[in-house]
Amino acid sequence: MIFLIIKRILLGFITLFIVSIITFVGTEVLPGDACTTYLERQAFGEQLEACYRRLGLNIPAYERYVSWALNAIQGDFGYSLSGEMPIKDVLGPRIKNSLVLASAAIFIGIPIALILGIITALWRDKLPDVAISTVTIFAMTIPEFISATLLILIIAIWLEWLPGIVIVPTDVSFLELLPNIILPVVAIAMIMTAHMARMVRSSVIQVMASEYVQMAILKGVPYWKMVFKHVLPNALLPAINVVALTIAWLLGGVVVTEVVFNYPGLGRLVIESISNRDLPTVQALAIILASIYVSINLLADLLTLMLNPRLKTLQIRK
Amino acid sequence: MKLDNIYKEEKKSAFAKLLEIIITMASRPSGLIGLSILVFHIILAFISPYIAPHDFKAIDPTLMLQAPSAEYWFGTDDLGRDVFTRTILGGRTALTITFFGSLIALLWGGLLGIFCGLVGGKIDDVVMRIVDAFLSIPWILAMLLIVSLLGTSTEVLIPALGFFYGKGIVRVARAATHDVIAKDFIVSARARGHSNFSIIWNEIIPNVRDAILVEGAMRWSWMLLGFSSLSFLGFGVSPPTPDWGLMISNARGLMSFAYWAVIAPIVGLSSLIIGINLTADAFAKALGIDRSTKAPV
Repeated sequence: MIFLIIKRILLGFITLFIVSIITFVGTEVLPGDACTTYLERQAFGEQLEACYRRLGLNIPAYERYVSWALNAIQGDFGYSLSGEMPIKDVLGPRIKNSLVLASAAIFIGIPIALILGIITALWRDKLPDVAISTVTIFAMTIPEFISATLLILIIAIWLEWLPGIVIVPTDVSFLELLPNIILPVVAIAMIMTAHMARMVRSSVIQVMASEYVQMAILKGVPYWKMVFKHVLPNALLPAINVVALTIAWLLGGVVVTEVVFNYPGLGRLVIESISNRDLPTVQALAIILASIYVSINLLADLLTLMLNPRLKTLQIRK
Repeated sequence: MKLDNIYKEEKKSAFAKLLEIIITMASRPSGLIGLSILVFHIILAFISPYIAPHDFKAIDPTLMLQAPSAEYWFGTDDLGRDVFTRTILGGRTALTITFFGSLIALLWGGLLGIFCGLVGGKIDDVVMRIVDAFLSIPWILAMLLIVSLLGTSTEVLIPALGFFYGKGIVRVARAATHDVIAKDFIVSARARGHSNFSIIWNEIIPNVRDAILVEGAMRWSWMLLGFSSLSFLGFGVSPPTPDWGLMISNARGLMSFAYWAVIAPIVGLSSLIIGINLTADAFAKALGIDRSTKAPV
């Protein structure tokens, strides 16, 4: 068991190591380096030399990688090109803002997804299922920027209930941020909830068809007692992994949602740094987003491992 | 006699099989809806240049932001261009690029997955680690980086999309290969001394083809979603080419008084993505593959 946990953590680190190499090699192999892309037409002579010296691009690539990686482990990603400030100072408030957005969406999304998923599974192919399933399929297939745009059009412009876009500075305090984040949270929670509700639904349906549930029905266990004692504990366990993957998958979608609402989070920083051709910041973002993905997956794996007694014994026997 | 029947079953032409699958798909309401939306969009993509009532790039300041009328069915946009014309043309680029992108994704993802599943061992370990690493970089970051450094031409977009949406297929193809690899016919093919290539081509591909095709159909809708997100962010199709993602992003700023310019491309893009999704689901059900428990990776 402990061996298995250590192995999973090690694999996570190996993945991150490969990600760091991919981002480094990627920016190295693609035409243009940080200086030529940033300076564009002025990239010659004195200015280019100065930029190379400032970023240390005149030393060999592998030496640069080693020093960059060693600093990155300690949370120091060097300097951004455009703002000329340390990247970790740029990232700090952005990470906080994105965290607020994501955790609000998760806390709203998970309970609703559970309830919807269970309802649709228990009343499978009946009216509640057909109605809810149609809505969830719509919510999960339509691109993020479309649902966000429609939310702004309906709630902010036609009904005038809430502000449509976020106009706050990056380092705003939490209380000032709150009224501004309702629409972005709804936009993200909607898609996430739809995905998770579908997963919970299929998981519950699978367990309902299993032999021990049939056995419980035949024994005459009351319906709701059977649902809560036999079905749900077994159905929600496999859903943890899928929920984690869904959250991680939405990292890409959050970028688009943040742009639509002009929300000062990590996602908008991705777009800004790429538009400004700020390659050092892009590298730092790639590593950070990949770490989030890897740790969410790791957490889900460990959680299922700890909650599932069957998996535990299975691994020991191996 | 019985053997004869089995033989005939095998000899059924590919076309007849395809027809059978399509009929099974259309027998469910969701499949029928999905198929009709998809067919409608494909036909529209082919004929729209000939039926478009106006010039898609004709700019006329006197016609700015007009409400829908008999002349301009869906109104005009901020440059006085006809929204109806641009909407029916708006899916062509996206459909073409993502269709060829999915083909590339299917090919390299499928073949690499099958190969890894068959050989296993060290090569398999290394490749899967790299695939995992690529999976953990958000697609949008990688795509934006490539596009901003290499440009937004079709020659860049198709292989880039094909590459980034193929890495998930590697896993599916590998898992599907693992399911067949232990079967007796593979063992006997090995005993007959067939090469790896021959085993892949004659034994494995016919057995994992369905699973990979279903995955590819699903990827198509995700790729379309990703591609239009890129256009929306200004990193996809370049203006004045009509494209739904680009149209939505342009019309968004003015939607408080010209909602028609944003609604029309929204309906176009959403209906196409839903159509492909429903079709892919029906396709999976018709082939008897259960995708309901799969995570969207």
